[in-house]
Amino acid sequence: MKAYVHASDRDNLVTCVMPLCKGDHIQVEGVDIEVKNDIPIYHKLAIAEIKKGEPVYKYGEVMGLASQDIHVGEWAHIHNIESTRGRGDKA
Amino acid sequence: MIKIKGFRRENGRWGIRNHLLVIPTSVCASETASRIASLVPGAVAIPHQHGCCQVGEDYKQTVRTLVGFGCNPNVGAVLVVGLGCEGIQPAVVADAIRKSGKPVETVIIQECGGTLKTIAKGAEICAELSRKLATQTREEFDISELVLGLECGGSDPTSGIASNPSVGKASNLLIDAGGSSILSETTELIGAEHLVAARCVTQELADKLVYMVKRVEEKSIGYGVDLRGTQPTPGNIEGGLTTIEEKSLGCIYKAGDKPVVGVLEYSEPVDPENHGLYFMDTPGEDIDSITGMVAGGAQIVVFTTGRGTPTGCPIAPVIKVTGNTGTFEKMPDNIDINAGKVITEGASLDEIGREIFEMMIRVANGDLTKAESLGHKEFGIYRIGDTF
Repeated sequence: MKAYVHASDRDNLVTCVMPLCKGDHIQVEGVDIEVKNDIPIYHKLAIAEIKKGEPVYKYGEVMGLASQDIHVGEWAHIHNIESTRGRGDKA
Repeated sequence: MIKIKGFRRENGRWGIRNHLLVIPTSVCASETASRIASLVPGAVAIPHQHGCCQVGEDYKQTVRTLVGFGCNPNVGAVLVVGLGCEGIQPAVVADAIRKSGKPVETVIIQECGGTLKTIAKGAEICAELSRKLATQTREEFDISELVLGLECGGSDPTSGIASNPSVGKASNLLIDAGGSSILSETTELIGAEHLVAARCVTQELADKLVYMVKRVEEKSIGYGVDLRGTQPTPGNIEGGLTTIEEKSLGCIYKAGDKPVVGVLEYSEPVDPENHGLYFMDTPGEDIDSITGMVAGGAQIVVFTTGRGTPTGCPIAPVIKVTGNTGTFEKMPDNIDINAGKVITEGASLDEIGREIFEMMIRVANGDLTKAESLGHKEFGIYRIGDTF
């Protein structure tokens, strides 16, 4: 079974469908990626460089913005992606 | 033509269950209603915390929900239990349900002379209604009369990858057979509303849907905090969902790829003459959302979950589907179908969609879901106003 799901070609991250460990290597669309953090099962891994403020894509749609630079192979979650919707804290 | 055996109602609608429903019109009548139902096998009560000191649209919505439950074709007969002085007057609810043609009786605590006399009178009425319902038998009807409520809760990333797209296939099969489905959970359209709006059959419906999403988002912004404090929930986040947009984009797969033929307010009835995919404005909170869809006429619910949940409904079977094989193995008494096979075994979405659709047919014919077999009957009314 494949270790990840890449829902759309546009997506700059993948969903890991098995837990991955720092130092593991996975092949995504023919490119070797070194896993930089331990990734819990069903969490996301960046497969492209995403600069702070740039859109993060899943299912080919914008699922939020990078709140800091995200590097290839890094765990992508609430520590480095923020929502642009329902932000009463920024109103 | 797919045929199902169910209960024909006086107004021509078809039920897949034959419940005797005991409806308290207010929180003040809820305990009494529950005790009446507990005395008569087969009777079910819907205790709630509302029904008094509500105004405007909020009042109307609560009335619509209670009336909608009574009118749902899975209900064969109704006992309305009122205190007497509450804001939602028992006669308002009883008279509205009576229009469906089914037997509706009323007991009022202040008129009966207290709890015990009301329980005695209510139980006597329920026992008689129960004997009447027992004489009804299932007859054949076409699956196109079925309305499916679509729900997801305790989601994780497997929901958007496996369970929701599988349910979307099942919903497509039902609509192809002439039936209807309801997509709900307005909060979980935030970030994905453009995709659903594009499928509305008229611009008016698309505008209404986008307005509903804007309405709920602005309400959340009014609280001055990040919606991520609760949407996604802590459990969604632990499971791997990061933003409401991600949750929403996965959520809408439940609705397959059919056009949206109607956009409903909470608990607003599905048009029996206009079959197809609907959207209903409900909150992301599962119990209130399912309650709204069942009040709108859904006779059956399919509920996807990643983290696992026991939720049922007092009058409609709820089929539980998970995309997370670990959850399926961990909560075997709650989950009916493992869509996680899409991830772990390479099963196709069509295959699991067909499995869900076939289970829907069996359940419609009388098979019990796991939630039914455990007696789960969660009920919750979505409030949009204050209590005064």
